[in-house]
Formats: sequence, C-alpha cells, structure tokens
Amino acid sequence: MSAVVSPIREPLIQGGKSYHQITEDIVSPTEKTPSTAWVIAFIIAVTGLAFYVFCVAWTVWVGIGSWDLNRTIGWGWDITNFVWWVGIGHAGTLISAILLLFRQKWRTGVNRAAEAMTIFAVMCAGQFPLIHMGRLWLGFFIFPYPNTRGPLWVNFNSPLLWDVFAISTYFTVSLLFWYTGLVPDFATVRDRAKGLRRKIYNFVSFGWTGSAKHWQRWESLSLILAGLATPLVLSVHTIVSFDFATSVIPGWHTTIFPPYFVAGAIFSGFAMVQTLMLITRKILKLEQYITIGHIESMNKVILLTGTIVGVAYLTELFIAWYSGYIYEQFAFYNRVLGPYWWSYVGMMSCNVLSPQIFWWKKFRRSIFVTFVMSIFVNIGMWFERFVIIATTLARDYLPSSWSYYTPTWVEIGLFVGTLGLFFTLYLIFTRVAPVVAVAEIKAILKSAGDQYTGPNAHGHGHHVGHKKDIPAGGTVDIDDPETGQSTDH
Amino acid sequence: MSAANTEVLYGLYDDEEILLEAVKKAKEDHLEIMDVFTPFPVHGLDPILGLEESRLHIAGFIYGAIGTLTAFLFMTWVFTRDWPIIFGGKPYFSAPAFIPITFEVTVLMASVGMVVTFYTICGMAPGVTNATLDDRITDDKFCIAFNTNGASSDVLDKLKGFFSSTGASEVNSKTI
Repeated sequence: MSAVVSPIREPLIQGGKSYHQITEDIVSPTEKTPSTAWVIAFIIAVTGLAFYVFCVAWTVWVGIGSWDLNRTIGWGWDITNFVWWVGIGHAGTLISAILLLFRQKWRTGVNRAAEAMTIFAVMCAGQFPLIHMGRLWLGFFIFPYPNTRGPLWVNFNSPLLWDVFAISTYFTVSLLFWYTGLVPDFATVRDRAKGLRRKIYNFVSFGWTGSAKHWQRWESLSLILAGLATPLVLSVHTIVSFDFATSVIPGWHTTIFPPYFVAGAIFSGFAMVQTLMLITRKILKLEQYITIGHIESMNKVILLTGTIVGVAYLTELFIAWYSGYIYEQFAFYNRVLGPYWWSYVGMMSCNVLSPQIFWWKKFRRSIFVTFVMSIFVNIGMWFERFVIIATTLARDYLPSSWSYYTPTWVEIGLFVGTLGLFFTLYLIFTRVAPVVAVAEIKAILKSAGDQYTGPNAHGHGHHVGHKKDIPAGGTVDIDDPETGQSTDH
Repeated sequence: MSAANTEVLYGLYDDEEILLEAVKKAKEDHLEIMDVFTPFPVHGLDPILGLEESRLHIAGFIYGAIGTLTAFLFMTWVFTRDWPIIFGGKPYFSAPAFIPITFEVTVLMASVGMVVTFYTICGMAPGVTNATLDDRITDDKFCIAFNTNGASSDVLDKLKGFFSSTGASEVNSKTI
C-alpha cells in the first residue's frame, strides 16, 4: 500500500469512488433489464449471426464453388478475414498480459472487456480456416489423432499446422486467463443476488470466498499466466505470418513478416478495443473507470504500432527494389500500382497516414476523433491483409494465369456474419459479466483514485490514503456533481 | 475450506489499512487467525499473516516441461520412426520446424495444468458452494475470522476486545 505514485500522474478512477460505489457502478448494469439500445443492437447482431449460419450452410451445400476463388487466386476474403480477426484478437491479451508485466495500472480499466473481445475475435477467426476446407465435417483431420489410415500423421513441418496449434492454444489460454479473472467478480455478483440468479452466479463463481491464501494463489496464477501469454501472443501472429513467409511466393517470402504482422495485430486490436470501449463506457456509464486518460494511452499505442507498420511497408518496398530481384520488384510494383492499387491506397491512408493525427494531444483526447480513427484503422488493417493476399496471388509467375478476383455475396455474407457473431457474443457478455474488473479496480483505488492522486487529491496528492485522514469512500472535492459524496453504505 | 460446523467469530473492517494494523495486532497478541477474507488482493497481508509464498509456479514449470517433452519427442517419433516422410528434401529429424508446436504445447500444458491445480487446491470447481461469512466481503468489507469451536467465554471476550480495540465496524458470529 505504500506504492509511490507521482502526483502529476492522471487519476485512473474518477469521481472519488468508495469500494462499494465501484461494485455498484460496475455490477449494477448486469442486474437491470436491458435498455432499448441494447435490445436493438442485439436484434441486429443476431440477424447478422443468422445470416452467417445461412451462408455457411450455403457454402457447405453448394460447395466452395459458391465463392469466386479460382486457380490463380486460391485465398481471398476467407483468409483475409481470418488474419484480420486473429489480429483483432491480439489486443486483449496484450493489455492483460504485457501491461500486467509492465505494471501499467491503466490496464485494469479495459482489460476485462478487451480480453472478452479477444476471445470472441479468435472464435470468429477460427471459423474461416474451417469453412474454407469446404468439407467442414472433416475438419478434425487437422488434429494428430491415431487413425485407421496408417496412422498417417499430420505434417508437423507445415506452418498451416503450426497455426492450428497456435490458435487453439491462444484461445484456450486467453479463455482461462479471462475466466480466472472473472471468478472473484462473479462472486461479487453472486453475493448481491437472490433466488435463481444467485444459484447461477454461485455455479459460475466456483465457490470463491476471498480467502487471503486464495488471493495469493490467484495473483501468482495471474502473473504466471501473463508471463506465458506474453510470448504466446507474439508467437501466434508470428506463426500466422509464417503461413505466408515460409512460402516461395514473391511478396510473401520475407523475413520482415513476423514483427510486421505482430505490430499490425496490436494496432488493429487496439482500434477495435477503442471502438467497443467508447460505446460501452457511454452506454454503461463507465466514464469514470474508462477515462480519457485510458483512451489517450491506447491512442499512443495505436500511433506507435501504426508507425511501425508504416515503416514495415516502406522497408518492404525499399528491399524489393534493393534486392535487384525482378520477381520481387514486380510483386511490389504490382502491389502498389497493379489492378488492386485501390486497396493499397486504402491501406496506406488508413494505417499509416491517418494515425499520425495522434501526435497531437488534442486529438488523442478527443472521443469523436478516436472513434472515427478506430474505424479507419480497422478498415485499413482489413485492406492490408487483402493487399498481401489478393494482389500477390493475382499476378503469379505465368502471365497466362493472371487473374482478378471479386467476392460473391456468400463471401461477403460470411464476413458480415462473423461481425454478427462477434457482436452477439459481446452484447451477451456486457449483460452477464462485469465489463470492468471489479476486484482489480478496487486494488488500485488507493494509488490511482482521484481522491488520492492528481489535482483533486486530499492534501498532497501522492500521499496514499490513511483511515485517519481520509474516511473510506471519503468526502473529497471533485468537480463532478453527480457522483461526488459517494459514501452510501 | 474448513470442516462442517465450525463456529466462527468474525469482525468486519471498512478499509484494508485498518485490517493490516489489526492483523499485526492479532499476531502480536498471539491470537490464532483462522482466515482473512478481502474483496481484492491486499498487498502486504501475506507476510504479516505468515503465509508462505505460493508454489504454483513450480507446478507450472513441471507441467510446461512435460508439454515440451511430449510435443518434441512425439514429433520426433512420428517423423523418424513411425512414418518418416521427406518434406522438401529436409531431413526426417528437422528440429527447427518442431519448435513452434513444441512452444505452443508447452504453454498450453503449463496454463491448463496450473489453472486446474489452482482450482483444485483452493477447493473450487463449477457449482461448488463454499460457506461465506458475509455477503459484503466481496464488496467492501475486510474480514478477520477466528475459529471459536469450544472456546471459553474468556477467550470470546478477549477476541471481542481485540475487535473493538482494532476498529472493527461489526463483530458477528456464525456457524459454517
């Protein structure tokens, strides 16, 4: 409790919250009947999900011929969407694991929702490799199980199989990490509930009591899972990039791919976190937990990773020219000025140029700019994957097999449908679980609450509160009249 | 957690810093604390309470090592003994290509193993109900609990005196 906190560091929890007020603010949205906005959003999302199911059924029934892939372009929207969703699924674990290791306290405001988003995004990503097999029911062939064909094993040297292991491990570990964090919070929900609701939350909170020894083990577990998840999250997109980098296709066969893909993944993941958080904090009234300071921090990460990605694009072009290898040179000439030039323009403007706006503090702290930018980045990152996949395949070694590709309604439907799947799951999550980690927020209150630190702190900001000078949930001077004086227990 | 029908006398505190002082006092007075319950992990509590460091990381290392060996040896066996296949002119035993899967399986085994161990040693599982003393412990109350099975009235008075002198906001008893 004697953590040293700089008085100039921005408070992460505003409104002079008491512990009880934190519980009240974060848990109560799960206890109320859903708002009209939520119901409308849910209906739209479920409609999208239903359309997804229809498109999958169509693909399975009619066959992959219902897509517009051809002999030259064997990967189109399917793998573009896969890589896009996996990328989005990187921010949650980055926030919860890497920022935990770096002791970044601002992670506590957004980690729960970001991890949920990760899990749902990986679920969406996992759909595409399965569907593009065509014969969905043989999907289990990708696992090395003893079979009656020899047994003939899978190819452990193939990056496509590494992907199977990477994605399934990432999904499992993210899920365990997320759920372990949720257990104490489910116990909080349980202890406020009655009747059937209490029974349900009793089931999912696993019998949590809050014993000191359990907390100690819980913290130890969280730290080690974070330590394991950190290299894991970097490995996953590295391996996804190997799908391309280990091939012998000019434009794919580059050593820059792993770091470039990982930076891009963090970039797009943070953008999706921003999109969701800006809406969630508004609708669930969590502005005092997910503050402008949190948004600014994430915008800084977006600026950094966007610029790394930009440097990677330029490096690729330079190295292609410098290599003196005509096939490589042509691949990149074609990427920028070929038939898909418009997707390259979309990628460059959304991913590299527009995030530069975040060099200005005013824009980093603007909710409107952040929201628009987060959508831009998501579009740009989708284009990036499309650029890498489609432009490269469209022009191969034989000009006679050069081709062009446009998606059919089925392929577009599958993409839109996974958005439906994603938002359906996310909307359910906001109804059943606390979207901010309640226990973790309480644990940083004394070092990051605005009654203890920052310009509105009692006495000299950096002094960590003591019962004698500040009553718990104390009376402090704050400028927000709605939420002040929050001692109500 | 504890055996059935334990009589417990417990005090609730409003702030973790008062709790820490109280736990220190209890240790000085040689009172045997049954357990301390808090709404969030209170740093600095473990050494005062005399809790040893968790050995979960050792278990995690062992599970991880099992994962490493399983994955690497299995792939080696498949490609050198069970069904050797030449891929792209590479040797059967192409160790670098085994690394990604070896890493993933290591992480998977370590994580799943540790999580299962964590819930098992904490006596937690889906649907398990462990007795709790007060619903507000998961909200904003910090609780020190004493086992008072067969305690004399002198002992009870002493414990009550301890609670009032250390600033407990409530003192209750419960059989769990």
